[in-house]
Amino acid sequence: MVAGGFGVGKTTFVGAVSEINPLRTEAVMTSASAGIDDLTHTGGKTTTTVAMDFGRITLDQDLILYLFGTPGQDRFWFMWDDLVRGAIGAVVLVDTRRLADCFPAVDYFENSGLPFVIALNGFDGSQPYQPEEVREALQIGPDTPIITTDARHRADAKSALITLVEHALMARLK
Amino acid sequence: MTPPPASHDPYGNSVDEYGHEGDQPLVRPYAMTGGRTRPRYQLAIEALVSTTADPAHLATLLPEHQRICHLCREVKSVAEVSALLSMPLGVARILVADLAEAGMVAIHQPGNGETGGTPDVTLLERVLSGLRKL
Repeated sequence: MVAGGFGVGKTTFVGAVSEINPLRTEAVMTSASAGIDDLTHTGGKTTTTVAMDFGRITLDQDLILYLFGTPGQDRFWFMWDDLVRGAIGAVVLVDTRRLADCFPAVDYFENSGLPFVIALNGFDGSQPYQPEEVREALQIGPDTPIITTDARHRADAKSALITLVEHALMARLK
Repeated sequence: MTPPPASHDPYGNSVDEYGHEGDQPLVRPYAMTGGRTRPRYQLAIEALVSTTADPAHLATLLPEHQRICHLCREVKSVAEVSALLSMPLGVARILVADLAEAGMVAIHQPGNGETGGTPDVTLLERVLSGLRKL
């Protein structure tokens, strides 16, 4: 899974390593939502379309890895549960200028127990903050890797995925 | 709902596959599923689908089922079925489950059965080595 705030570069990241152009799937949800939307005209029910971009990497003849970018709005967490099942882990993309945008994703993965890594997305290595500063700001434990990345570059995205799978493997072997 | 052309790369034709912004489908999505909103069993979004049906039998299927069978001659995930045939994920799940029940497609559910879906160590090692070789 590739998570993070709206506009942080999730689809760019997916596209950088995917063997296909990222595809979009949509789920139509009808939910009785309280206090989220203005329901004056809808009588208590709201239908929402949640869009999710994804890509695929064929790793072996019988092994395909799918990369799902989570819907950007944290209110769609219930769809994430669907994704977390069977997932190896999550790359949480962070724009350090908008650090708070990644809080819902970090909270969610901490609670669900899914292994995750924090990837600070910056253009061509420009990073205003050091990973350890971000660790402190996000109150992330020492076991969770924090790396820097450029979501546009295949090598960077690939390396972030490798870090994630290594981390997931370590977590399983503990 | 016309079947896709016989020979083309489904990924290369996204404009045709998706239609244009503002085009409304002629059929409301859940009309294809007979009004059902839950599949008979829960398919993972990344479950792989491959067609097993004899091409001679395809003509007897509903158009949406036919399109899925055409698409899944090469292995596709449920998510790809949804995206490439422009149907909501929930609809794709139901239709694929129908086809599986009728023996028209084979489904490869990820993970080790119902163990909560957490990938095992062997699988993680394979993924890791695959990524390193990219």
